[in-house]
Amino acid sequence: MKRTNRSVIPGFGLTTGITLAILSVVVLIPLASLVVFTSHLSWDEIVATITRDRVLASFRVSFLTAFVASSVNLVMGIILAWVLVKYTFPLKRLVDGMIELPFALPTAVAGIALTALTADTGLIGGFFAKFGIKIAFTQLGIIVALIFIGIPFVVRAVQPVLEKLDPSYEEAASVLGASRTRIFWKIIFPEIIPAALTGFGLAFGRCLGEYGSVVFIAGNKPFETEITPLIIMSELQEYDYASATTIALVMLIASFVTLFLVNLVQSRNTKILKGGV
Amino acid sequence: MNKETTSSKVTKWVLISISFIFIALMLLLPLITVIIEAFKQGWDVYKQAVVDDYTVHAVLLTVEATVFAVIINTVFGLSAAWSLTKFNFKGKKILTTLIDLPVTVSPIIAGLIFLLTFGRQSPLFPILQDLDIKIVFAVPGIVLATIFVTFPFISRELIPVLESRGNDEEEAAALMGAGGFTIFRKVTFPHIKWAFLYGVVLCTARAMGEFGAVSVLSGHLRGKTNTLPLHVEILFNEFQYVPAFAVASILVVMAIIILILRSVIEYTGMRKSNVR
Repeated sequence: MKRTNRSVIPGFGLTTGITLAILSVVVLIPLASLVVFTSHLSWDEIVATITRDRVLASFRVSFLTAFVASSVNLVMGIILAWVLVKYTFPLKRLVDGMIELPFALPTAVAGIALTALTADTGLIGGFFAKFGIKIAFTQLGIIVALIFIGIPFVVRAVQPVLEKLDPSYEEAASVLGASRTRIFWKIIFPEIIPAALTGFGLAFGRCLGEYGSVVFIAGNKPFETEITPLIIMSELQEYDYASATTIALVMLIASFVTLFLVNLVQSRNTKILKGGV
Repeated sequence: MNKETTSSKVTKWVLISISFIFIALMLLLPLITVIIEAFKQGWDVYKQAVVDDYTVHAVLLTVEATVFAVIINTVFGLSAAWSLTKFNFKGKKILTTLIDLPVTVSPIIAGLIFLLTFGRQSPLFPILQDLDIKIVFAVPGIVLATIFVTFPFISRELIPVLESRGNDEEEAAALMGAGGFTIFRKVTFPHIKWAFLYGVVLCTARAMGEFGAVSVLSGHLRGKTNTLPLHVEILFNEFQYVPAFAVASILVVMAIIILILRSVIEYTGMRKSNVR
């Protein structure tokens, strides 16, 4: 690595060296081994693995539940961010701090707690069971767990945008006689939608890969409530590394595509904020 | 006009109520459930589960993995932040992307790539065996996986702060003859202190709770390679619900401490930087 212009500040060699050394051990070498291992797989093998019925079913379950959960969080995230920025009310700081709980609480703990709550014997599960709705051990349960995991993403993406929003536009619209609903949909909503979509994308990516909270609540029935990370896990437990790696590659590509789209929205977003096109 | 304000007041309280109900159902209730389930059979059963040898061992292993992750990521975070913000060089963008990569990867896949690197089918395996080093299904694997999933947590907090401050102060200090460590200690660190602590807290939170990646690499040997979250899983799958929730309650307490620390750091850090 070569410096393009010299700086008077010392420490380039040392800090870059440490950075590259640790990065190699923790990220580069493991990734390289993934590439090396994949290169031994034949194309026919790869196609055969990912077109297995059970694997295809798991893709459907994973993508569907992640999408539904992130959509719920998109709506709730905008409401929560709005409430936290625009209103004052008792316990506001507590609510603001609570949003971060899914990042702080180990996923396994969230998983068993939500399972106990939504099983037929649990508080919420018992209530819905009266109407014949089962939550735990169905796709609904997976969605509940994924909603929990994804709560902070949209809130934390939208909050700063709402805070920075110039109130003079709202005031101008209000003076010109626009109703509050109209102001929200015509002025505020277009401003926050890129940030909200960024949060949605990040939550979706996280939900696709989520394992800890889902395994307990899903019931893990093949074709119905078996998510893709779980299939990878069971292939690993049977020492079928080739299948596990193949399925993992599909998930990796999916999360990179998600990330790429998020970055696209984000860079357009910053361009708009900076006043460009 | 009057009608308008009443309707907006209604909207306000409807939205606040929705938020409260959502938070109570999705976040508060699970926490309370853990505590209720843990104490279902009284204090003695709870205590027994918590002071159980396997639980104590799991606590120690979780602490060990967390401490390692925080130390390595601190060294890495400080070096990477310094290198990436003080100097211009080719490949900077690729480096930043690679640093962020671990958090975008599913934990299961994180575990998988370490399995492929150090496991039985790896070209490195014979060498490791000759040296008598066990990584997969042993403590080093758990530590590595924990470092991987928390990898960017500290550097990600430091880089934006250093970037927004620019390099003028450091350059002035260097021109006046200060050495690298002196510049870092006296000029740079005071500015990034809060961001650094914030990163450490986030790193700790994720490290103590990591499940998927650690699960792949652990082999689930009780009393050997079982971290707290894995111990919770084993107990739960054995239908030992009360002990499972008792052990989970330890993690709940740690999560609450983390949340409090996080908001304290955010609050004080914000006030300090506003005063400056």
